[in-house]
Amino acid sequence: MGLFATLYHSSVGKKFVMGLTGLFLCSFLVVHLSGNFLLFKHDGGAAFDAYGMFMSTNLFIRTMEIVLFAGFILHLVTGTITWLTNRGARPEKYVRNDVSENSTWMSRTMFLTGSIVFIFLVVHLRTFWVASRFYAAENPSMYQLVRAAFSDPVYCAFYIVAIALLAFHLRHGFQSAFQTFGIKKQKYAPLIHLAGMVFWLLIPLGFISMPVYFLINP
Amino acid sequence: MNFTLKVWRQTSSAAQGKMVEYTASNISPDMSFLEMIDLVNLDLARNGHDTIAFDHDCREGICGTCGMYINGRAHGPARGVATCQLYMRSFKESEPITIEPWRAKAFPVIKDLVVDRSGLDRIIQAGGYVTVDTGGVPDGNVIPIPKVVADEAFDAAACIGCGACVAACKNSSAMLFLSAKVSQLALLPQGKPEREARVLGMVAQMDAEGFGGCSNTLACEAECPKEISVTHIARLNREFLAASVK
Repeated sequence: MGLFATLYHSSVGKKFVMGLTGLFLCSFLVVHLSGNFLLFKHDGGAAFDAYGMFMSTNLFIRTMEIVLFAGFILHLVTGTITWLTNRGARPEKYVRNDVSENSTWMSRTMFLTGSIVFIFLVVHLRTFWVASRFYAAENPSMYQLVRAAFSDPVYCAFYIVAIALLAFHLRHGFQSAFQTFGIKKQKYAPLIHLAGMVFWLLIPLGFISMPVYFLINP
Repeated sequence: MNFTLKVWRQTSSAAQGKMVEYTASNISPDMSFLEMIDLVNLDLARNGHDTIAFDHDCREGICGTCGMYINGRAHGPARGVATCQLYMRSFKESEPITIEPWRAKAFPVIKDLVVDRSGLDRIIQAGGYVTVDTGGVPDGNVIPIPKVVADEAFDAAACIGCGACVAACKNSSAMLFLSAKVSQLALLPQGKPEREARVLGMVAQMDAEGFGGCSNTLACEAECPKEISVTHIARLNREFLAASVK
């Protein structure tokens, strides 16, 4: 706890916390997406429902769920503190500031993209997690819950936009974490670039394929 | 060449500033940006007006004294140069030139385009030095340093402390400045004894001065007149983590 307090006290240490929690949340995306691919099995949702049942009853998964929530909270609380401090570091703005000449818009809008992803997350948890965990009697099948949600084009559009913003968030965030950890050797750059592509391109595309699938096959 | 200038005028740190329009006439395309302001100031002085205050010293890109936000960029549109090495041929007559001081909570405006950058000095005082024993002059090349290491330390040492990294960073972070000094001294044997105290002290001082934190937008690297690389920030992060764990 002493080390955490020391790190959290400084701007550089807070970045480590952002990077660590960020990569941890990335690992969750892999697990979440691989499980969700069971939606594509043509068995009327039997496999997906069995998977859903396992995920909500297994002790290890339930414990990791708490760790995951803690990771999310730490990431967004630290992110908000950092954003507020950084904003306060320039009370008077420039009359003209050509920021696009020196940085990407994705790197400058991490708080915005992150906030929208957070709103998405709340809605997403309400639709699936709360419904299946706390109202299990009314929602016996997770598969039917997914199908019902993705039958609404507005919900699908919101889902796709939010995942796209997550993609932009990860495009900057993933490689940025390695810079924060001090891994900036030229020889690792292609590896980080490739792994980054998995997280900001392939995984978001995987998630987007789900509402698209249900829109095409209702 | 003739230009329209929009310059930030502020009589003192306590006063409210505003943008004021000026005309710069008969400017040679080969004049530096500072020489152009000299001419405008000459005109202002002849007509009994208060001249535009700006920092400058060597005027050859090595002292780091000059620095202004020109057309929304630190040190203007050219890459790898300080304001004094920026020439009027880089500008179009049709476009008004916006000139502002560095903007950061840690860089309060003193007058017009002059800001107080002593926060950077205090960061250096917090650890950006090496302690040496007094005595006889040591022989040259007694301490072997590989050329690649010496070159990297030298690249970091090229920082002139102008503050463009702070000015360009959306967080007004001084991380590139700080990392250049931490990196230079961490690479060399002379910097090893105070290695951990240095990085911890300098980061703490940066935070205390009111500079923001790094969010890896890389704007600093793009605007640095000495083209200091953000790999030095990565080294600073490693140094900081290693020192914190100990």
